[in-house]
Amino acid sequence: MKGRGPGLVAALALVFLHAPLVVLVAFSFNTGRFTVWEGFSLVWYRAALADPQLAEGLWNSLVIAGCAASLATIIGTLVAYGMWRRPAPLLAGALYLSLLTPEVVTGVSLLALFQGGFRFLHLRLGFYTVIAAHTAFSIAYVMIVVSARLRQYDRSLEEAAMDLGATEWGAFRRVTLPYLAPAIASAALLALVVSFDDYVITSLVAGIDSETLPMVVYAMARRGVSPVLNAVSAFIIVGFGSLIVISQRLQK
Amino acid sequence: MTLRAWSLLPARLVSTFLLVVPLGIVLVYCFLTRGDYGGVEQPWTLENVERLADPLYLAILWRSLWLAGAATGLAALAGYPLALFIARSGRWRNLWLQLVLLPFWTSFLVRTYAWIFILRDTGLINTTLIRLGLIHSPLPLLYNDGAVLAGLVYNYLPFFVLPLYATLERLDNALPEAAADLGASPWRTFWRITLPLSRPGLVAGSVLVFVPCLGAYLTPDLLGGGKTVMLGNLVQNQFTSSRDWPFGAAVSMVVLLASALLLAGLLRHKTARELL
Repeated sequence: MKGRGPGLVAALALVFLHAPLVVLVAFSFNTGRFTVWEGFSLVWYRAALADPQLAEGLWNSLVIAGCAASLATIIGTLVAYGMWRRPAPLLAGALYLSLLTPEVVTGVSLLALFQGGFRFLHLRLGFYTVIAAHTAFSIAYVMIVVSARLRQYDRSLEEAAMDLGATEWGAFRRVTLPYLAPAIASAALLALVVSFDDYVITSLVAGIDSETLPMVVYAMARRGVSPVLNAVSAFIIVGFGSLIVISQRLQK
Repeated sequence: MTLRAWSLLPARLVSTFLLVVPLGIVLVYCFLTRGDYGGVEQPWTLENVERLADPLYLAILWRSLWLAGAATGLAALAGYPLALFIARSGRWRNLWLQLVLLPFWTSFLVRTYAWIFILRDTGLINTTLIRLGLIHSPLPLLYNDGAVLAGLVYNYLPFFVLPLYATLERLDNALPEAAADLGASPWRTFWRITLPLSRPGLVAGSVLVFVPCLGAYLTPDLLGGGKTVMLGNLVQNQFTSSRDWPFGAAVSMVVLLASALLLAGLLRHKTARELL
């Protein structure tokens, strides 16, 4: 297969990957409600901004993703460091298991846990169950990004610090942590996106007060198509895109 | 306690209580009886596992396998030329790779919604075809297996392209060149040299597409309409509206076991492991 063959199919595959999103965003600027171009306008963006449900979902998502990503970043960085010092295969296995478990299975397993626990504790599903779930599944992502950076880290730097009188903790805080900073920032942004994007697990463990933006978007998509949803999608595409680009720059 | 032990403690707690214990609970629920108001009750039973063989559920299992297999096949057809093209594009490689990954970094939900926007009765394809006068009433493009298939291929194509690209990029170019020098046609060179040598990438890409497709929930839910299309929908349905947790737990374990076995099989091969 030389010549133009692969090039042509490759071009078609790239169009297949990009066209749906390009068209989706393009029609968010359409004047009309239907899939016929009638002229440029920002009317659907104004409608999206005025929608109280979307605003509440966005706020809930920001709070949840902010809390979960912070927790996951701290826990994930620490576990990457601990496993760099000496491997912990069982723990690593459990975290990789969280990556391969289908989301819907993770979701129902957490639902079963929370419901079982609540019978004794008289609690309800809500913000903190969603934050707990998001923290749990984001840790593995942070661990992978930080571990990749630690693999290039020279052990003798930490040893030198301790030879010069630093405590174990001091060497970690003053030498290793600054070295890891870009990777940790990158991992935090990734965790933010992963948490902000989740619908499947969230929908199973959320309470009535913790409806996230993806849950609002899902409900709108189910009800039928509205150009407001195109505007929200464009906002999400640009937001996620920027976060991921920054995240990947930081990894270099 | 040393710093290392401290640093592992929070992750140990979270992975025990929020990852392992919940899956353990689901495993136990497989063997319990459905409660009157949801939840589970004694006595212990194998009835839930036996019910998996009910023709109704075998049909869903079969459809899941078929859809995941077809999505993998289509991803291979589109992904192989794409990976080959990128591997041969010299200094533009990174740009092309970024272009493949870019849509992948958008919200999963948004990517799936894009297909509703394109396929529905008043969507882009039907509106365009009607305006061109090619059809008079909209074609039923959404809420069927075809729509689910399109969404699955779209969402997971990068998982196929990346490991395959990694194999093709490392492939020794002297071999196809030698074949060509010895008079083999481009097609023959591809079938006899390039394709066999890229097998590790093909296997890795296939597993990485097939596994998430088998456990898919959101794509079949949104694009397949209200019907219970795949195993993931069956799980969700049993835990929510049907309120039959023990049976939902049994289906969950089937999906999880199948995913774990396929990925473990993949990780046993050293060449495949290096691609991930």
